Amino acid sequence: MTNNSITLTIDGQPITVPSGATLLEAAAAAGIDIPVICYHEATSPNGLCRVCVVDVDGGRVLQPACVAECQADSHVETGNERVERSRRTILEMLNASVNLRQAPEIQAMMRALAADASRFPDARRRESELIDDNPFYVRDYEQCVLCWRCVQVCAEDAQFTFALTLKNRGHDTSVATAFDISMTESPCVFCGQCLGVCPTGALKPKMEWGMEQGWTAEELRKNTRRGRKRRADGE
Amino acid sequence: MQPQAKLDSILAAYRGRGRDALLPALWELQTAFGSISPPQVRQLSYCLRVPEADIFGVIGFYTLFHDSPTGRRIIRVCSDPSCALAGADAILRELCERLAIPADATTADGEYTVEHSPCLGMCDYAPAALVSARGAGERALPRVTVDALLGDWDGGYFMAAGDKRSALLDASLAAAPQTLADYGDYAALRQALTGMRPAALIAEVQASGLIGRGGAAFPTGLKWKFTREAAGAVKYVVCNADESEPGTFKDRVLLEHRPHLVLEGIALAAYAVGAGKAYLFIRGEYPKATAILAAAIAEAEAQNLLGTGIMGSDFGLTVEIRRGAGAYICGEETALFEAIEGKRGFPRMKPPYPTTYGLFGKPTAANNVETLAAVPPIVRRGAQWFKGIGSADSAGPKLVSVSGHIAKPGVYEIEPGLTLRRFLDDYCGGVVGELQAVLMGGAAGSFLLPAEIDVPLTFEDLRAAGSTFGSGAVMVFNATADLRDVLRRVGRFFQHESCGKCFPCQLGTQRQAEILERLEAPLAGDAQRLLDVGMTMTEASICGLGHTAGMAVMSALEKFPGLFAEEG
Repeated sequence: MTNNSITLTIDGQPITVPSGATLLEAAAAAGIDIPVICYHEATSPNGLCRVCVVDVDGGRVLQPACVAECQADSHVETGNERVERSRRTILEMLNASVNLRQAPEIQAMMRALAADASRFPDARRRESELIDDNPFYVRDYEQCVLCWRCVQVCAEDAQFTFALTLKNRGHDTSVATAFDISMTESPCVFCGQCLGVCPTGALKPKMEWGMEQGWTAEELRKNTRRGRKRRADGE
Repeated sequence: MQPQAKLDSILAAYRGRGRDALLPALWELQTAFGSISPPQVRQLSYCLRVPEADIFGVIGFYTLFHDSPTGRRIIRVCSDPSCALAGADAILRELCERLAIPADATTADGEYTVEHSPCLGMCDYAPAALVSARGAGERALPRVTVDALLGDWDGGYFMAAGDKRSALLDASLAAAPQTLADYGDYAALRQALTGMRPAALIAEVQASGLIGRGGAAFPTGLKWKFTREAAGAVKYVVCNADESEPGTFKDRVLLEHRPHLVLEGIALAAYAVGAGKAYLFIRGEYPKATAILAAAIAEAEAQNLLGTGIMGSDFGLTVEIRRGAGAYICGEETALFEAIEGKRGFPRMKPPYPTTYGLFGKPTAANNVETLAAVPPIVRRGAQWFKGIGSADSAGPKLVSVSGHIAKPGVYEIEPGLTLRRFLDDYCGGVVGELQAVLMGGAAGSFLLPAEIDVPLTFEDLRAAGSTFGSGAVMVFNATADLRDVLRRVGRFFQHESCGKCFPCQLGTQRQAEILERLEAPLAGDAQRLLDVGMTMTEASICGLGHTAGMAVMSALEKFPGLFAEEG
């Protein structure tokens, strides 16, 4: 092996990876699936969701596989009791706060970990009204898991538009525009990248949403971008 | 001055500055106008070249900033355990009745806003309040009454509670802020500048055995060595004075009483690591300490003890004070860097560690106030003197903040190794009433039972006993204290202070608080829920806040299982 490779053990399986590889990359190379929610290959990883945590050498705390680099000769366990308790509890707590009905990947993770969807009764949910303030997309923050990807692509990860931010903090955090102004008043350029990276149904094209609402062709035409363009063309 | 003229004059001073000027600018606007409005944010955005949405996000992160109008006077009453034992809830209730508003609301005439506050670091003067007057800024009020809160806010404090014998402080805590005339020359700094290379100074601090006093107990000399050896010409020292752990107020007392000791410690740290700029980040709830330090810096600069060419050497140092704005998380060093950089106070992922990638991405030595204050005496008296005090793994004198059901609450200096029992009896005048529990290390700490208080007060003995020295907070509860109420307040504290970045803590502090609110009538399985939530926060969170947010509750589950018993 060259100096630029390291060898470690993941779930008992020895694997050699380039140095600097993340545990997530190493696990993928070994054919081991690690769940992720906030991680997306097109955005800067922030290690937020922590469902990708793994146990490295029985350390005091678990490591987020999406950002933690492989250490030579370490022993990594991706599915022991500690790991599963954290993953399951995170998903159960998330499900108690967020409407996950349009997040099939997260639902599959819950099934795989035998997470109890009603583990936390009487929990405060993050409730909010659907925001329909522009002809391009709607925002339903009840379905937002706070992965930050939309805020990131709106800022330095892609568009440098800075229409979005996070407001408040802790469990009360939500994605917002400055002072909650409408998207049309904000610097948003309607590039659509936020929709592309949203892992749930929190951000949705207006056309898709309208069809879900059972809008008629006429309503779809009137209420979406295409209709507006036609009107501007002199209807 | 007309509002627009006032705004223009404030913004004029910030034109051309960058994002790192955001918190100071927001403080000026908050003080002048009582809140920060959308048009003001727009103008500030152009002035500092920071997006409006980002500024809005920053305002909402820090609880002392407001984005909607407040009363001309803002009254915040502490709602954490030590103030609760001293009747803070009744004061808040009566205040709201007298003003005919609920908590967290403003009177119709726009005169008063009343809010709850997390610990104000005034546990020795419980119940405490932090008040703000439009145009004049903040003031911390001790032992408040409703009449005092609605009065002219004259009742200042400057009493040195606690021990009269102090090695670290060289004398009893004086009755007034110390000036250079009392403190004298920066003798230790002079000694270092004239006779010690930085590496020798670092070796001396390493030999002393000094470990960090902020809670994490990292060896100070080693941190300095890493910073000194890190690549890069620009380095920083950050003095972490964001003391916010409930029950902890030692740094407030040090800052208010020994400003020059802290500044000399900062200067020695900067000389050791090779920094020309230091930031002193003081929590926004400590207005008095902030004013005293600002005066002390001016005094030291006038005497050439800070500034350029200090004492005729080629070592120069600028110390800049930064005020926090209401966020416990900023005591976490990387969140503190983000706050100085003008961002929401989110902790960063580690690695990289601050010693290589810290403030503004540069190698940074971030040290607690008490840690830095220990350095001048180490230089003057030698590492062996310091090492000779305490135990092998807890070298040197240590400050302890005591509050709750104790005869003489205050800050005491102890020699580590003293037992908790002797400390409470001999130093603090004894427990008031019959002891039920001691909470060590604040809200992020853990409980000791009456049968466990013969534990020696050292980092290692407390760790072995399943507890923690942490930041040196000791909260005493007698048999009349309702420990369920204490736990509820701990739960609310973390629910309020979680930054919201990582899921385990953002969700876990909320779920934990919800379960603690129903402790009187728990649901089946609540104890297991608390354990799973606590362990998940401990093992999977990003930073120290999440790692310790379940500590007190999990220690209560072990030591006081009856508190969680289900009916029948």
